[in-house]
Amino acid sequence: MNRQPPVLQVEGLTKHFPVSGHKVVHAVDDVSFSVSRGKTLGLVGESGCGKSSCARTIIRIYEPTAGRILLDGEEISTLNQKQLLPYRKKMQMIFQDPYASLNARMTVHDIIAEPLRAHRVCSSRQEENEMVSDMLARVGLNKEHANRYAHEFSGGQRQRVGIARALILKPELVICDEPISALDVSIQAQVVNMLRHFQEELALTYLFIAHDLSMVRYVSDDVGVMYLGQLVEKCEADEIYRHPLHPYTVGLLSSIPVPNPRMAKAREKSGLEGDLPSPIDPPAGCRFHTRCPYATEQCRQEMPQLKEASSGHFVACHRIFNR
Amino acid sequence: MEHILEVQDLHTSFLTSSGEVKAVRGVSFTVEKGESIGIVGESGSGKSVTSLSVMQLLAGTGRIVGGSVKLNGRELVGLSAKEMRTIRGKEVAMIFQDPMTSLNPLIPVGEQVGEMLWSHDKALSKAEREARVVDLFQMVRIPEADKRLKSFPHEFSGGMRQRVMIAMALACKPDLLIADEPTTALDVSIQDQILKLMRSVQKEMGMSIMFITHDLGVVAELCSRVLVMYGGLIMEEANIFDIFEQPLHPYTMGLIASIPDLNQDKKKRLQPIIGSPPDMIHPPAGCPFAPRCPYACRICLEELPPVFRAGEGHSSRCWLLDEDAPSTGNPLKNRKEGQP
Repeated sequence: MNRQPPVLQVEGLTKHFPVSGHKVVHAVDDVSFSVSRGKTLGLVGESGCGKSSCARTIIRIYEPTAGRILLDGEEISTLNQKQLLPYRKKMQMIFQDPYASLNARMTVHDIIAEPLRAHRVCSSRQEENEMVSDMLARVGLNKEHANRYAHEFSGGQRQRVGIARALILKPELVICDEPISALDVSIQAQVVNMLRHFQEELALTYLFIAHDLSMVRYVSDDVGVMYLGQLVEKCEADEIYRHPLHPYTVGLLSSIPVPNPRMAKAREKSGLEGDLPSPIDPPAGCRFHTRCPYATEQCRQEMPQLKEASSGHFVACHRIFNR
Repeated sequence: MEHILEVQDLHTSFLTSSGEVKAVRGVSFTVEKGESIGIVGESGSGKSVTSLSVMQLLAGTGRIVGGSVKLNGRELVGLSAKEMRTIRGKEVAMIFQDPMTSLNPLIPVGEQVGEMLWSHDKALSKAEREARVVDLFQMVRIPEADKRLKSFPHEFSGGMRQRVMIAMALACKPDLLIADEPTTALDVSIQDQILKLMRSVQKEMGMSIMFITHDLGVVAELCSRVLVMYGGLIMEEANIFDIFEQPLHPYTMGLIASIPDLNQDKKKRLQPIIGSPPDMIHPPAGCPFAPRCPYACRICLEELPPVFRAGEGHSSRCWLLDEDAPSTGNPLKNRKEGQP
């Protein structure tokens, strides 16, 4: 044993959804990345770029069309649901909408205990009670909250319940699908700090999906940028903000409103023109060429591959490698 | 200066089965001609209810229980629904948060925008109306405007639908445009396009914009003056630079500290505001922010702070600005003395 395999490794992951008229939605197309233990990979992109589909395919809510998913070096993409059960314990998900992702008819105790019951972790009711109240305390709720229902809580408190449910099985990989975008600014920071605290304490590995780029930079070690189902750029988090290479990343970054009026009024903004094309008939060649200010004939015909431009910095763009 | 909108001591409540929710508890402000003012706050702060009160569009049990709203010098509180309809759209128009649900899915977009023109000018012929709608679509930069009149909302993307909403709001050249989180449901790239569009139409038409948002970044991009709301009250009012550089309320300071900027040191933890917003059925007797405020003293819990003036156009509801407030450990006193 010289080297630990990454907690999550994804190779050529593809997810197509059939739609009427014998067409397919190219939700995820040939995406590859890996995340090592205790690290966070941030996935960013506009809505419809496939970041959530990617997460849901990894956790096998959706069946992958093609590609491999390796959890701790073991392939899980070919397992059936029953074989998958022991691996489900190792990967959990925190959802975007703390209103829709908690069952309104279950008490908070039952919501948090459900994963324990599904995996038959506790041998007695007492053990279950102890684990749940311990977990509640760790997410900053108290024992009295256990017998209440989700509607009695604020958005931030509900998201804490969602986090407690995801972490009670002590998973290795936690997929956070926009965990803070439905929360108020003052609450977002609370939740992010809590996620970081648990990561340090439990050596959790995060796949953090968000469209708030400044928050992604703050929580992630590495960042992947997705566009129309494909990974177009991937590198260390600070690097992507300091030296973005792909014209899409550059446009996305310059679209972020800066909470600094002097900078906001002074800077020349480029931004992105137009809308995301349909993933049913993605543009040929580079999928970004319809909105790219530098598109050439080559971009319209030939699909660029994700290649290393400098150490650890991968980008799929002809322009970077042609100059 | 010419006031377009003058709100005086506005109180708005919702009567629910569990009690009276005092959503807005005495808000006063003015909007000048051609300015863009931002109202910032989290959910439940009363920012949307304030704008709906101005529009007289309060749903169900919502009532304006006190105060006055003057638009172009005319009192709106107490006007009949019919009178209000002649003002809405013509003098004040609104863009809502969700472009997916604020358009009628069964009516072509061109007709929906045309309806706005028709309702304020019945003499307009169909051809004239269509020509005006095409102009409006071009103004909000909907590509191939003349071909999109007959399209239905579902044929448009979120960003394009919000452009249709903006076209509708601008149709009768209102003096005041209220935008309630118009970009919250959109991606950053599309948000950026919509903000640019709003800036340019404001320049073209010279109207005033009241921009309601929870995003300080958006405010920094678009507004020249900011009201920070919390617990149904305006906690701080200042120009855009003072809000970010010299905030004079612990809530504003907390809001600014809880967002990471792109230069944030990653090893440093964000400083969240602890706790959660107050229950507006039983609002706290004192300052609504006191239970979450790191500087709260006894008086903060007991008595609502008055509005303290702290310089040109800058005011704040915080006891720390009182003459008798202690100066040790007081973040605002030191700051005030530090000013030239």
